[in-house]
Amino acid sequence: MKTPVLNEMYWLVKREFWEHRGGFLWTPVIVGGVFLLLNVMGIIAGEVLGGHFDGHANFIGNNMHLFDQALSNTDSAKIGAGLDIMMFSTSAIISIVLGFVVFFYFLGALYDDRRDRSLLFWKSLPLSDTATVLSKVVAGTVLAPVIAVICGVVTGIGMLLLFAITLSFHGISVWQLLTYAHPFRMTANLIGAIPLYMLWALPATGWLLLCSAWARSKPFLWAVALPVAVGLVLWWFNLLGGRIMGGNWYWHDVCGRILLSVFPGGWIGPQHYADLGGTVDHTMDFLSLGNSYSAMASPSFWIGAAAGLALLAAAIWLRRWRDDT
Amino acid sequence: MNAVVSARGLGKRYKNAAALDNVSFEIQPGRIVGLIGPNGAGKTTALKAILGLTDFQGELSVLGLDPRKQRGKLMEQVCFIADVAVLPRWIRVREAVDFVANTHPRFDRRKCEALLARTKLTPNLRVKQMSKGMIVQLHLALVMAIDARLLVLDEPTLGLDILYRKQFYQNLLEDYFDENKTIIVTTHQVEEVEHILTDLMFIRDGRIVLDADMDAVGERFAEVMVGADKAAEVRALKPLDERQVFGKSIFLFDGMARAQLEALGEVRRPSVSDLFVATMKGTYA
Repeated sequence: MKTPVLNEMYWLVKREFWEHRGGFLWTPVIVGGVFLLLNVMGIIAGEVLGGHFDGHANFIGNNMHLFDQALSNTDSAKIGAGLDIMMFSTSAIISIVLGFVVFFYFLGALYDDRRDRSLLFWKSLPLSDTATVLSKVVAGTVLAPVIAVICGVVTGIGMLLLFAITLSFHGISVWQLLTYAHPFRMTANLIGAIPLYMLWALPATGWLLLCSAWARSKPFLWAVALPVAVGLVLWWFNLLGGRIMGGNWYWHDVCGRILLSVFPGGWIGPQHYADLGGTVDHTMDFLSLGNSYSAMASPSFWIGAAAGLALLAAAIWLRRWRDDT
Repeated sequence: MNAVVSARGLGKRYKNAAALDNVSFEIQPGRIVGLIGPNGAGKTTALKAILGLTDFQGELSVLGLDPRKQRGKLMEQVCFIADVAVLPRWIRVREAVDFVANTHPRFDRRKCEALLARTKLTPNLRVKQMSKGMIVQLHLALVMAIDARLLVLDEPTLGLDILYRKQFYQNLLEDYFDENKTIIVTTHQVEEVEHILTDLMFIRDGRIVLDADMDAVGERFAEVMVGADKAAEVRALKPLDERQVFGKSIFLFDGMARAQLEALGEVRRPSVSDLFVATMKGTYA
């Protein structure tokens, strides 16, 4: 038996899914499908050209260079890492797409229904504005990433099988190869990263929803132009010799966080990778949950989350009282 | 019995114009109240205040609740159709019914489905594929299946053809309205609602200029039709309004003794639209 609150949330999130099925479901499915297709085409081209998989000669969006590496390598650890990256690459591409989907979803979430006045229908139902706004947060930072992870893992496994089968034609045992890879760990890492994503994305979630609830028109312009304009003003002050705030700090920890945190993986950076050794052997460590969650150790992570919650509260308040229909 | 809506000193300003200017009124249960006024008179603002969609000054109690603070609870008992075509364009009939059925505690799914069965709406049809009339049918089916105590209708039939308009009010009267329910309706198509209204409220420039039940309106206001020869004599009695039809003059009186008027010519009850036009004279001038 579900409690009324959970039941209400379930239906509110379901409503978001109905409305945004295209972005939440079909986009990752299509991206995954296209990615697989490109790789099938790459493999066929490689086979036709005589088993030479040249990463540079191939078109963008496939993993031929990794494949080449796997063929010419005898080190099982390296092959395994190659396969892991191969599997991960599908999720990486899907998660970039997810970032765009979630970004524009949040910008429209509290704006579109004001523009077409369907807000008046939703407001005729006994649903609190808090529950409504939170359901949009859940849809964007839980439901959408869960679907993206499922699509990413399914395509990743498809990719893995595709490559293993092709390699087996070149005298390498499929099952032996697959034991080199770590699909389960990879899947667990991806699923485990979702709660981290939700917290990490909070500043952007809050800011984008606030703009969405506030703007009378063009929420995208407000959401992007405002922080950029503030950054330029800060930069100008610094140019004049003022020492108000570090410009880099603003761009990286404020502007970047409130706009780009909806893109998964922002918590790990190139520096991070280099710190871990920076070679392919460290890939699994780099992508491990332990490594991801170490982002939580920094105070800025929590300051960002708290700021995000404050922005969300403002968005809820605006949703309640904004009166322009 | 307690009033369904009770407003005291209601006020709301937009920038420099007063949308509501110290308005007080009460609406009793089991009534159908017509809130009639020209564009920009404050009708929609008054409804928004009742529905908790806007902030305001003064006191307002709807079903004993404060719409500003207890909106969630209030909306379980209050329903509204604000304008035609506010249903989201992406939603399907099936989804709309599912959603309301699972989020509204007083929604009767079977009643809604029975109402929908009388229309041409099919479960998979999306709102964006419907005509305006069909959208209203869906909205009305959803709303009528909710056992609410107060129903607020803001221009519910705007832009519909006459068949849909007649059907709308007929459905509402036959299958929805009873003595436990109250309906507030604003519309410009006064002729269509005047026979179903029990109470009349005229609003002009943010003030209530007439608030009476229909019986009282019938007693208070009268129209007398006289020939040209008597026109000057009647005009001396200071009628509210005067118009000419087929060479005769029709004068509208407020609170004039019926016997006195009957001595002058043919007396009849004025239509709400004539009353409205007379009351609002000069609004746009």
